[in-house]
Amino acid sequence: MSLNIELITKHDVLCIRLSGELDHHTADELREKATAAIEKNDIRHIVLNLEQLSFMDSSGLGVILGRYKQIKQVHGEMVVCAISPAIQRLFDMSGLFKIIKMEPTEEFALQRLGVA
Amino acid sequence: MKNEMNLEFSALSQNESFARVTVAAFIAQLDPTMDELTEIKTVVSEAVTNAIIHGYENDPNGIVYIRVSIEDSLIDMTIKDIGLGIIDVEEARQPLYTTKPDLERSGMGFTIMENFMDEVEIHSQPGSGTEVRLRKHLQSRKMLCN
Repeated sequence: MSLNIELITKHDVLCIRLSGELDHHTADELREKATAAIEKNDIRHIVLNLEQLSFMDSSGLGVILGRYKQIKQVHGEMVVCAISPAIQRLFDMSGLFKIIKMEPTEEFALQRLGVA
Repeated sequence: MKNEMNLEFSALSQNESFARVTVAAFIAQLDPTMDELTEIKTVVSEAVTNAIIHGYENDPNGIVYIRVSIEDSLIDMTIKDIGLGIIDVEEARQPLYTTKPDLERSGMGFTIMENFMDEVEIHSQPGSGTEVRLRKHLQSRKMLCN
């Protein structure tokens, strides 16, 4: 099983919807596509929708942290939504919730960033 | 009854999912919970990724070896490479420590293994490779046995 990446731009917010499995093999493609979209569309904030993500490991944490650092340079925020308990454990373990906000749904996440 | 399997494959990133799914399929006969299955898949993914990125530095000629044995509720896995090895294992085990921040590595691999497994042993020698031994008792089985 591979990773499916859907990118939607709303003003200066990039919504990234992931389905499938995010590991070292699929992380490269996500990094390339998200980085290109952030640069091309003058993105400031990111909403990461993980509702359909069935597997993630520490390579996923690395690529998410990398995108956070990218938008932090333009004083942006990252909001993750619809996270599964298994993936939430990885976020907790690595302390990512200290810098990334969490919302139950994509709609709430977009509202938080003022583009719902 | 003890049951064992061995797996070896090229150090290619597309084999990471093959490795974790294969180990999960073998473990399935112990009737693990979904959480336990996810934990096993995650630690296999971490150790295999380490072997590919750090052990072999993405050289596809490298071979990753996995041995899994199960007995009653105990899972005993060894994931091995004969690559570069780790100079300072204690340092490598520290949360968020990575030798490859440029590759956006999170440095959480060993921390995740330690959180998800009962025992993590790392044997490594610079120049001859790294062997990670991971052991876990499945809770669901233990409760049935009691």
